[in-house]
This record gives sequence, structure tokens and C-alpha cells, in this order.
Amino acid sequence: MHMYGAAVDWNGINCEVTKSIEGVYLVGLEDKLPSGILLSTVEGLAGYMRKSSVWPATFGLACCAIEMMALGSAPKHDISRFGMERFSASPRQADLMIVAGRVSQKMAPVLRQIYDQMTAPKWVISMGACASSGGMFNNYAIVQGVDHIVPVDIYLPGCPPRPEQLMDAIIKLHALIGDTKLGPNREAIIKEVELAALNAKPTIQMKGLLA
Amino acid sequence: MTFDPYASSRETTEGTVFSVTGGDWDSLVTEIGEAKEERIIVNMGPQHPSTHGVLRLVLELEGETVTEVRTGIGYLHTGIEKNMEFRNWTQAVTFATRMDYLSPIFNETAYCLAVEKLLGITGDVTERASAIRVLMMELNRISSHMVALGTGALELGAMGPMFFAFREREMVLDAFEAITGLRMNMAYVRPGGVAQDLPAGMTSQLRELVKTLRKNFKDNAALLIGNSIWMKRTEGIGYLDLAGCTTLGITGPVLRSTGLPWDLRKMQPYCGYENYEFDVITADTADVYGRFLVRMNELEQSLRIIEQVLDRLDTLDGQPVMVADKKIAWPAQLALGADGLGNSLDHIREIMGSSMESLIHHFKLVTEGFRVPAGQAYAAVESPRGELAAHVVSDGGTRPYRVHFREPSFNNLQSTPAMSEGGMVADIIGAVASIDPVMGGVDR
Amino acid sequence: MTHDQSGMFGASGTGDTSGYGGLVRTQASFGSAERPYGSYFDQVADDLERAYPDFSDAITRVVVDRGELTLHVKKERLVEVAFILRDRLKFEMCMGVSGVHYPERTGQELVALYPLLSLTKNQRIRLEVATSDLDPHIPSVVEVWAGNNWHERETFDMFGIIFDGHPGLTRILMPDDWDGHPQRKDYPLGGIAVEYKGATTPAPSERRSYR
Repeated sequence: MHMYGAAVDWNGINCEVTKSIEGVYLVGLEDKLPSGILLSTVEGLAGYMRKSSVWPATFGLACCAIEMMALGSAPKHDISRFGMERFSASPRQADLMIVAGRVSQKMAPVLRQIYDQMTAPKWVISMGACASSGGMFNNYAIVQGVDHIVPVDIYLPGCPPRPEQLMDAIIKLHALIGDTKLGPNREAIIKEVELAALNAKPTIQMKGLLA
Repeated sequence: MTFDPYASSRETTEGTVFSVTGGDWDSLVTEIGEAKEERIIVNMGPQHPSTHGVLRLVLELEGETVTEVRTGIGYLHTGIEKNMEFRNWTQAVTFATRMDYLSPIFNETAYCLAVEKLLGITGDVTERASAIRVLMMELNRISSHMVALGTGALELGAMGPMFFAFREREMVLDAFEAITGLRMNMAYVRPGGVAQDLPAGMTSQLRELVKTLRKNFKDNAALLIGNSIWMKRTEGIGYLDLAGCTTLGITGPVLRSTGLPWDLRKMQPYCGYENYEFDVITADTADVYGRFLVRMNELEQSLRIIEQVLDRLDTLDGQPVMVADKKIAWPAQLALGADGLGNSLDHIREIMGSSMESLIHHFKLVTEGFRVPAGQAYAAVESPRGELAAHVVSDGGTRPYRVHFREPSFNNLQSTPAMSEGGMVADIIGAVASIDPVMGGVDR
Repeated sequence: MTHDQSGMFGASGTGDTSGYGGLVRTQASFGSAERPYGSYFDQVADDLERAYPDFSDAITRVVVDRGELTLHVKKERLVEVAFILRDRLKFEMCMGVSGVHYPERTGQELVALYPLLSLTKNQRIRLEVATSDLDPHIPSVVEVWAGNNWHERETFDMFGIIFDGHPGLTRILMPDDWDGHPQRKDYPLGGIAVEYKGATTPAPSERRSYR
């Protein structure tokens, strides 16, 4: 899905920068590189570099934010071990949005705007029960799950989740990031995921033993 | 001028409004250079590292001076008060506790004191339960002040105190976990008493904790008090005198920093606070530095109270922690079994095997809940931010008819314009940090 | 609260076979308390009578219940009484405005409560002002106690009580263009049915529950 293209000189290799719904990537780079085994090495390298220094955007809203701060600043649970202690207030420089806390109706457009302002590649962890599904606040004021607003990569239950649980979520996210495919492999995976989502059975129809 | 898609401007009744979308900076600068005024409107939006939560500040600046501050709140409104009307009196505690999430025990205690007032059992709450409530409240005061000091310092640029403060906070949260099972939002204080007793050996563990904290607080103090940058950033900033405080309804460290020793624990004691010896800390400078000193010194007073409570708890060993009236007391006892914390097998043996009455009580209390006679009550506690009060209205049923929390941060935050207008932009951060608002309580 | 409550469960009509549906509970209504009120309430009432000659006209009811004094004030006299309480009787602080909605009390549905605190005398009292749904106007006390600014906005936002004389009465907790006043009893709690595999649980306000 081309939106615009511009010719770019990247380390002596002429390629094109295109923008699509998945994000900006150097299309021409993949054409120039050998495919197959060597592409998987590039994928591995890019994934390793991306996951080693994820910068979270400060999106602490409520109680979960305090546990996120505990993870970030308490010497006991140290987020610097992942290279993530540099919380970025500016979404332009952030990679990861940890939605920590309950999202109210007034806050929802702000959340979406911050997500839009983040540059690709970006990931979202919805931390806590309120962010994942509205939590215990099943009412008029709270958005019942931030996946109504932004696409979520990892859902982390808890009220609030302990800092260790958030660390576990981050480690799982790192595994996800490390395995991201590039180029044609990525397009194939995206097609697969979309097909699975379109054919997925809604929860209420998964009768299981009731059927 | 020609239409510029990157830096367009339009005339409004208030003057020229420039829309900046990035792009051509030069044309924007030349345009502004042509304009005579220097008023800028800046939005410190709900997502900001230094506004202490989801607070929106709309500032009108002239250069570096702030001419107007408007506060926007409501970004965390959760409808807690309305939600509580659909749960029974004990379940509502779980909602109350998530309101001001840095001091959950205070929320619960204010609510439970109001419910107990309505039930008329304020005198029946056991001494041990009251003592445990005081213990938890003072521990919570320490953990809340740690966050206040840490984040306040962080917002003003000092990162070191944040790490020290959270180190102390982790120790207190470990104590909470040992006693209640949860680090935050514990739902531990219930109408009638507390959910369960302290585990064995807890008082000696807590004595060790008090010793460690006393030593560690000196580190915190040494980092900031006397530090010339800290003094320059906090002295004389965010001034709000006694008249301002009383008309705005401000209580807590902000009121005590004006010199008035108003502390509900001393003036209108609850939960047995009259039995403990402690000082009310005041400052007389009514600025950010004064409030910082008040908070730092309140930590030591909290430790004093905790020591006295621990001595008292040792003498009250074995007393129940819930009211004796079986028609109100929360029935479940929890015990540590082979597979973790769960229903005490003794309790289950009793209700299933020996006592029909206990079974009925347990069933009715857990499904229906107790009934509270009609009326209204207002109970206030001294939370780390000020007077936290619950105003509870009952219509005689099993569910609250209306619960309204008078949150200290809601009032305290109203003073932001009074503290900041006329000062510089950077001082707003200090003023807001000294108020220590918790947006969950402001918006409920 | 003078209405009779009947039934024990939320469901009425068919479905409730327990027999408790026929239970009728009459609510006692509070008349005005008789002198002596006890503790410092007599002194407060005497001081107020001395300072405010129209005391018996403005104060419709005096309720002493559970150790608290509540003065029911006519809404037209509210500001006068407030000034006298603040200046002569030294109730310097108002702890905010609390709104309650009693849909069954026709003519007095919306109630605003003002808890007052005197720092100099260490006393607490409460003012109660009632108004009808059809004319939800109450004079504003912002000029007496400036801290009530946001409280009145919140009560307007949540209950629809319009405070005449307020410098800027707009919504404060809900988004500015929200419809309705959420904490009124006729406003639904909102919330969605919780979806499980093969079944749903209704939202908390829809469930069959005890009153």
C-alpha cells in the first residue's frame, strides 16, 4: 500500500522509502539483500537490536502507573536491565506504550493521539485489568479495554500487576519483537494473522463442553 | 500573506493564532516577529511527565512569566461513587480503595468509619482492629510520602531521591504484602474491623523495618536539604498563606506549611489516635520548601506512632479483629494452607459441621450483605494529602444509596492558579508537586 | 425517605418464588430534632439564632443524628446563612458540595450537602439544601467559600444542579459534550455484559440482586 515514495541513499545502497499501514521500512533494502537464510540473519539482528533498547512512553494513568514507576525506579525491580529505564515523555521518541491504568472516556482521544504520534515500529502493552478489558469498572466512564482504541500486543492482567509481572510481560514482548520478520516474510505473516482474525470464533460461540 | 500549509495563522478575537504542524520554521518565525504581542498559550496536556498524573494545565505565558493557569481534570473519572451503589457495603470497599491509589488504606478507613457510624458500632470495633488500622495507616502514610518526595524531586530534575524513595517504599509494600496479601489496593479494612489478623511474628518484623527506615530516611534528607539547587528551586515558590488555604478548603501538609497545626489525628481523633504520642509538624514559610520539610518530618512521626502501636499490639495479642456482632462481622477467615492462602479449614469445618447459625450468617453476609439503618454520616481521616472524608447515605438497604468522597487533592488542586500565576513556568511544576495531587482521587 | 420499600430482590413480578417479594419495609422519616440537641449543637443553634434573626424562617429542619448536626436551609436563604456561619460563627472551611438524588421525594429530589468545619472551634456541622427536579437551581456559595468552585461544577456535572452565580459552571469530570448527568438515579450505570465461553453475565446494574 503505497502512500508516497522518496528515493533515499542508505549507506551507499539506493533504495526507496515507502509508508504503509505497518510502518516505514526500506523496501529497496530487501531487494538488494540475498533472501532465504541470510535474510533470517538480518531479521535476527534487527530484532535483537530493536528489543534491546525499547524506550517506553510514559502513559501512566492510575494505580498501575505506580507499579510501573516501581519497576522503573525501585532498585529492587530494575528496568535498566533491559535498557528501558529511559522513559520517553515525547511519543516521537518512544517505542513502547505501556497503557498503565484505567482509560476514561475523556482520556481516550488523548490516548489515540499519543499512539498516532509514536513512530513505527511501536508496540503496546495494556497493563492491568482496567486497560485490558475495563477491569472492575464496568460502567459509563471507562473504556472497556484499550484494544477498542489502539492495537495491543501484550495483555497483562492484574490489579495492579506486580512489577515482576510487568517484567514478564516485557520479556514476552521482547521475544515477540525479536521474532519480527522483515520483507516478504512479514507480509506473509500479516496476511496469515489477518485471515486468522477474520475467521476467529468470538468467545461466546466457543461453547466447548457446553455445546 | 501567502497560504503556508506548514505554519498557517488566522486572526481571532484574541489575536493571531498560529497553527504549527512542523515544516517551514522560518516563515513561522518571521510571522511571529511581525506580531507585536508575546502571549503564548501552552497546553501541558494530560500526558506529561511532570504534571503528577493525568492533569491538564493550560498556561498563558508572557515570555517566561505565567499570566494564567487553567487546570483541566476529569481524565481519570471512573464513576467509583456510582459503582459503589450497586455493590453491597463490604464489596464497596474494593471500589473505595482504588480511588486515591497511593493511600488505599485511608480511603477504606474513611468509608468504613462512616459505615460504622451509620451502623452505630463505632464503640464496638475492637481495640486490636483499631490498632491495626492505625498501623496500616501510618505505614501507608510513609509509602505515600515516599512517592510524593520521589516524584516531586524527579519533576524538579533530581533523579537520585526517586531511587532512594522507592527503595523505602518497596520495604513498606513488602510489609503490606505480608499482612494483607497485596501491595496496593488491598481492601483490607472492612466495616467492623479488618479482614484478618496480623501473621505471627509480624510485630518483630515491623520493628526491624522501623529501624531500617529510620536509618534510610537520613539518606533522603541528606540528598535534598541544604542542596543549593533544591533550595533555589523550592524556597519562595508556590506561596499560599493561611487565608488562601481556608477559603479554598485546603488541608494537609499545605495547610500545615502555613503554620497552623491542624491535624485531624489530634483535633478530632479516630481509631484510638488519642492514645499515641506524636507531634504535629508545621512549617512557617508556606512555600514548596516548607511543604517538603513537613512531609519529611511527618515520616519520623509516623515511625514513632508505629512503634507505639506495635507495643500496644503485643499486649492485645489474641483479641478478635472484627466486631462481635455476627450479623455484621465479615465471616471468612483466611489461613495459609498447603496450596496457599485460602479459606481456613477450621472455619469451613465449623460452618459445615457444627454450627448452622454460622453457616446462615456466612451465607447471608456474603450474598446479601448486612443492612445499614437509614441516615447519613460523614467520617473524616487525615490522609497524607489532607482531610479525606466519606459522606455515606443509606436508605436502609444492603447497598449504599450514595457515597461521596471529599478528596483532599480535589480541593488542593484548585490552588494551582493561586500558587503559580505571576511566577515562572518552571515553578508551576514545583507548586503542583508540593500539593501532591493524586488524580485518581481528584477524578474518582 | 418516606416511601415504602417492598420486595427483597431486584426482580419483581415473575421469577421470584422465594416469598420475600411480599415484604414491605416502611422507612422512617426524620422530623426535626427537639432541644436540647446535645454536645456543641445547642451552642451552634443559639449562636446562629442570635446572629441571624430570620433563623426559624430559613432553617426548615434541624436534624441531630449519629452525632452530627444537619441544618436544612431554604435555598433562597443559603448565601445569607453561609455568610453568617462563616463570619460570625467562624465556620471558615467548607468541605465541598455533595449531591444526592432522591427520585421518590417529589418536589425535593435534588439535595446539595455542605459539610462545614470550624478550625477555631473544632466543630463540624452540615447544611442541606433541597430543590426540585423541575427547577434545579441553587444559589452558589463560591463567594463565601472559594473552594466550592470545583465542587459545584462537579455536582452540576453529576446531578444537573445549576448553581446560580457560579463564575463558570461547566462540566468538570465528564467530557464537555457529554449528555446527561451520570450520578442521578435515572442514569444507567452503563457497562457491558461480560462475555464468557457460551454465556454472558449481565452488567452489575442489570443483575438480579438484593436491594
